[in-house]
Amino acid sequence: MTTTATATAPVPVPEATALYDIPGPRTRRRHLIYGVLSTALIVALVGWILYLLFDTDQFTATKWTPFEYKGIQELLLRGLGNTLKAFAIAAVLSLALGGLLATGRLSEHRAVRWVATLVVEFFRAMPVLVMIFFVFVALKVQPLPALVAGLTLYNGSVLAEVFRSGVNSVERGQREAAYALGMRKTQVMSYVLVPQAVRAMLPAIISQLVVALKDTSLGYLITYEEFLHAGKLIASNLDYDLPFIPVVMVISPIYIGMCMLLSWFAYWVSKRQRRSPKTEAVDVAPAEPGTLLPGGGPPRAPGP
Amino acid sequence: MDVLTDNFSTFGDGFLGTLELTVYASLLALALGFVMASFRVAPVGSFRVFGTVWVAVLRNTPLTLLFFAVLLGLPRFGLVLPFKVFAVLALGCYTSAFVCEALRSGINTVPKGQGEAARSLGMTFGQTLSNVVLPQAFRSVISPVGSTLIALAKNSAIAGAFSVTELLGTYKTLNELGYSIIWTFVWIALGYLIITLAISAVFNILEKRWGVAR
Repeated sequence: MTTTATATAPVPVPEATALYDIPGPRTRRRHLIYGVLSTALIVALVGWILYLLFDTDQFTATKWTPFEYKGIQELLLRGLGNTLKAFAIAAVLSLALGGLLATGRLSEHRAVRWVATLVVEFFRAMPVLVMIFFVFVALKVQPLPALVAGLTLYNGSVLAEVFRSGVNSVERGQREAAYALGMRKTQVMSYVLVPQAVRAMLPAIISQLVVALKDTSLGYLITYEEFLHAGKLIASNLDYDLPFIPVVMVISPIYIGMCMLLSWFAYWVSKRQRRSPKTEAVDVAPAEPGTLLPGGGPPRAPGP
Repeated sequence: MDVLTDNFSTFGDGFLGTLELTVYASLLALALGFVMASFRVAPVGSFRVFGTVWVAVLRNTPLTLLFFAVLLGLPRFGLVLPFKVFAVLALGCYTSAFVCEALRSGINTVPKGQGEAARSLGMTFGQTLSNVVLPQAFRSVISPVGSTLIALAKNSAIAGAFSVTELLGTYKTLNELGYSIIWTFVWIALGYLIITLAISAVFNILEKRWGVAR
């Protein structure tokens, strides 16, 4: 059974690592036995889950018929559309806010820098949900704008840090050369530093957008009619014998698939960038889930 | 100000609820993350596949969906536990994927030569692990693990929306009692700041004491 040990390099033949030596014939035999045993265990586990599903009547026709109806399909599609709509608006706005806050943090005026730092640090330290609820409950805003506002404030602040560390990671010579050519600060930024920084941080930026996509599901908690909300409506329908598990089995692959696709795209971009001569002056940030969790530090480009 | 003083016990319960969720879920996440990390670096293929799938799926699952599936789905299988236990389970499993990745990259920072040297000195696997590899790996994972735990504390707010007693959920009670909603949120925000700052302070101390000098 050959597999990929890490996402980066396929390991067809076992190599020595810090932990394990290259296995000899006897160890290989032992590993084979472990492999067979553990595979059997995993198969048994999957079988048990399937048995549970059948045992609790999750595959009865009544529970699955709703998915054949046009109205239900449209409800799900509308939910998916609303999820994507919230994601698109939040993504564009957070990129804009991130750019603005990063400009503030890189400003030469101390007051501007302080304000930007305060905003960034505060919104990174707050749970996204608290912000969303605050806008929704205290400011009495409609669900969609509340969700978008919360996501924008949080992701914008994280993206600001990503942009900033990207600009700082561009090799110093680039900036010095640009100044030596007589460019002004704005020109140095917009013609020299930012293009290289954005290219280098693109994987990290996309990874942050995965976070935004995942967090659109928080809209469910403030009754925004998104994908999960549509699922909940179907799941609580008595006519179909409360098809809760079927709904989860339909919804989760779509949700997880969308996020995986975007994560994979980030990874693909980072692999491609590493080979590109256009990013020579900067190290490309790895496509890590560094900030998938609110509060995790933003991904930093490896220092020059 | 009287929002806090009048309702000190409500806020206190919420604060303790969040703290409890955070502590138990952190312990679960650290334990599971350690197991998954050891699976992902194991020489046996099926272990690696299991660890990889676990991480890939959980990392790309929206936490709300996971809460939805665990809190409302598991009871359908006849598994009825208090919501708080379910919330700890969901939070712990979700965060374990991130802890696993932090630990794995920590183990990968230990140069191959370290293990080879240990083995050529005749150390057994256990000795190599406990005396050579883990002490070095531990030093470089302190701050990434710290950020995942801070994130966990913040993510625990979702549990409140699924009717587990915690800090964010207190707004509902106070809103019904007619207190100023803005001030309620100010105190809630302060509560979260206290928890996250405390975690980050603890990890800063650990980092100062044991972290790798860079």
